[in-house]
Amino acid sequence: MAYSEKVIEHYENPRNVGTLDKNDPNVGTGLVGAPACGDVMRLQLKISDSGVIEDARFKTFGCGSAIASSSLVTEWVKGKTVDQAMTISNKDVARELALPPVKIHCSVLAEDAIKAAIEDFKKKRAARQS
Amino acid sequence: MNLPIYMDNHATTPLDPRVLEAMLPYLREDFGNAASRNHAFGWKAEAAVEKARRQVAELIGASEKEIVFTSGATESDNLAIKGVIEFYKSKGDHIITLKTEHKAILDTCKRLERVRQERLDELKLLRLGQLAERDVQPEDVAELAVKFDLESDATYKKWAELPTGGARVTYLDVEPDGRVSLEKLAAAITPKTVLISVMFANNEIGVVQPVAEIGKLCREKGVLFHCDAVQGVGKVPFDVEAMNVDLASISAHKMYGPKGVGALYVRRKPRVRIAPMVDGGGHERGMRSGTLNVASIVGFGMAAEVAKQDLPEEAARLFRLRERLRTGIMEQLDMVVVNGSLEHRMPGSLNISFSYVEGEALMMSIKDVAVSSGSACTSASLEPSYVLRALGVEEDMAHSSIRFGLGRFNTEEEVDFVIRLVVDKVRKLRDMSPLYEMAKEGIDLKSIEWTAH
Repeated sequence: MAYSEKVIEHYENPRNVGTLDKNDPNVGTGLVGAPACGDVMRLQLKISDSGVIEDARFKTFGCGSAIASSSLVTEWVKGKTVDQAMTISNKDVARELALPPVKIHCSVLAEDAIKAAIEDFKKKRAARQS
Repeated sequence: MNLPIYMDNHATTPLDPRVLEAMLPYLREDFGNAASRNHAFGWKAEAAVEKARRQVAELIGASEKEIVFTSGATESDNLAIKGVIEFYKSKGDHIITLKTEHKAILDTCKRLERVRQERLDELKLLRLGQLAERDVQPEDVAELAVKFDLESDATYKKWAELPTGGARVTYLDVEPDGRVSLEKLAAAITPKTVLISVMFANNEIGVVQPVAEIGKLCREKGVLFHCDAVQGVGKVPFDVEAMNVDLASISAHKMYGPKGVGALYVRRKPRVRIAPMVDGGGHERGMRSGTLNVASIVGFGMAAEVAKQDLPEEAARLFRLRERLRTGIMEQLDMVVVNGSLEHRMPGSLNISFSYVEGEALMMSIKDVAVSSGSACTSASLEPSYVLRALGVEEDMAHSSIRFGLGRFNTEEEVDFVIRLVVDKVRKLRDMSPLYEMAKEGIDLKSIEWTAH
């Protein structure tokens, strides 16, 4: 599989690999994909009370494109508001990394991971307020 | 030590310098057509081809009259299976093969199944047309078949048993170690079975099948035995007499010869007949027409001679290297599994799954080493290796597999480099793997409801 330089660069120097405390009420965790499909992405976002994403961490089991896609979105979401992050689409990821057609799936996973992490955060906040 | 290191000798092998030297005169001055019987150029080419035929025959314990040169193993496999089915169609049309065979076998069998199905569909239309006394359209078949009870219609049943040109195929499962069960194989034989096709050594997992036992069974049952011997020949002793093989496919480029040349062994005693797939000038005793690729055939012959001569020593050396690689990796990494039988395996072959690491990602991170992965991420389809799945390897583990194929030109120094590299990169990727973290925390990954795609 011939990859773009951006994929290889992110793959070799992944940004923001790691784990945030999933019990922290300000941390939303999104876990998407399936081991049987060959890719699982976990994205964690630390979100301030005013709704700004202060930190992002990922861990990914998957191919080079999946790792690069997760690395890229951790960079993109940092500093954005939750609403802004929700507008990031898989097309943006695929275009930025010049993913080949068979790897579009990886960018879909990255978009899903952002949405899942934000949803988790919102659920936690709702639970706190009730 | 030069980088990158080549450890994908299942895919192809480099040309041995001795092979290249043997070929060169036939690419330069000795360019004659081996079929030109009327001058010295032709005679020289013919003599070179006949020498190569002997060299190839000797490697597999055959006589030179039993070697048919082809363009490679895919053609040999096609010729063997289609050739037998066509020639013996009045005797039967049933083939037994394994789910772990090479696509050259599986796709050829699927083609023959389609041919048979198309023929049966035509017969259905014809018979239903007779019964309904009108033209029947394909969309009416289901309804009319019920109305006229086609399944128990004696005429249709008789027609359906006539030779179709296609075949019925049984694709047998293998045991978890990758080997076929002889009991299951014997039980699958029917009075219509004409051919059993089982490979010698598997290209993905390196597992060697009990070929001699299969040959014995075939002989007892009067069934022809074709063996796709491409991966194992030259690496593990293979003898068509001792193993009762009737047809065998081999390829030059898997044993340090050139690409684009192979052979089909076709037994003479007792005589095995095949219908040709290529019609033409009657080359290769009519079984495979086409001007012979003299230089490549000469290279193939030399490759066979070298393989035969080096086999005992080289097999022992490759076994030592393979075990060094395997133990070197497994002593330093946990949760590593060898796919397929360790005992019945080609000496230079190792297929392993690294849990919680995706195969293609690992291949990318060890780019200084050329290997293959059974992960679907390396291909256009999203299904992981069908061979690993047939062994019952779980999908997540099939996605985590890497195939190492050691060969004649690999060294101990290279193996040690690869061990260090693999261990380092697997650790790095596991640090990045949410699954590894969860497993370490004691979370049962099977208990999680994954979002499927």
